[in-house]
Amino acid sequence: MSDWVWLAVAAVGAVGAIARFLLDSLIAEHAGRDFPYGTFTVNITGALILGFLTGSGLEGNALLIAGTATIGSFTTFSTWMLESHRLAEDEEYLRSLLNLAASLVWGFAAALVGHTIGTHA
Amino acid sequence: MPGVDRRELAAIAAGGMAGAVARVWIARHLTSPDDSWPWATFIINITGSFALAYIATLLQERLPQSTYRRPLLGTGFCGAYTTFSTMQVEIVRIFEAHRYGLAVVYALVSIAVGMTAIWLAVTLVRRTRVLV
Repeated sequence: MSDWVWLAVAAVGAVGAIARFLLDSLIAEHAGRDFPYGTFTVNITGALILGFLTGSGLEGNALLIAGTATIGSFTTFSTWMLESHRLAEDEEYLRSLLNLAASLVWGFAAALVGHTIGTHA
Repeated sequence: MPGVDRRELAAIAAGGMAGAVARVWIARHLTSPDDSWPWATFIINITGSFALAYIATLLQERLPQSTYRRPLLGTGFCGAYTTFSTMQVEIVRIFEAHRYGLAVVYALVSIAVGMTAIWLAVTLVRRTRVLV
């Protein structure tokens, strides 16, 4: 992989992380912090977009930079886990389980829909 | 957006750069066939979850207040290093290869081991005596 590709990965990695932070903050501000709606929205949106990109037949460095690097950094697995754990620690077991299950099911549905649209677009 | 701290954004950007580069580097060195267990993403997500829980608990409960460590290491690095979207697309790919059992097991094991990694990190930080 050439140097410019690594530079591009780093640059879009920063963009993805900042976009995640801003969208998460914006949603948390409006929807409240009882449930991690911010991370949920970021992750489902990202799964939809990445599904679309892979379905559309994007390959090589284009897919690496637009998909793996940008959308990969935008979405997050670790925060999803940490927030689910925090809910359980606060004895919000139902919300914790709901956060795990809903993200998984909706994330799969979003990736599948994105992939299907991308394939036929 | 009002109230955005530019230095906080810079910390997130720096962490995001390093996280994305680390993830792509691992993914390129640990490739697996499309319809088999995605080892790279799995290892990245589990190690990143452990790191995030360790850092977040340490910063919240053990170390003096710091404004930019959490955005740099947590939101930036661990957030960008781990990925939800790639995992979901991998599940779709395994599903479309008609390996339904593997798709379900990969999803559930990722969550179970991810939650265990978080619990382990939190427990480790809380059990360690504070020396400062």
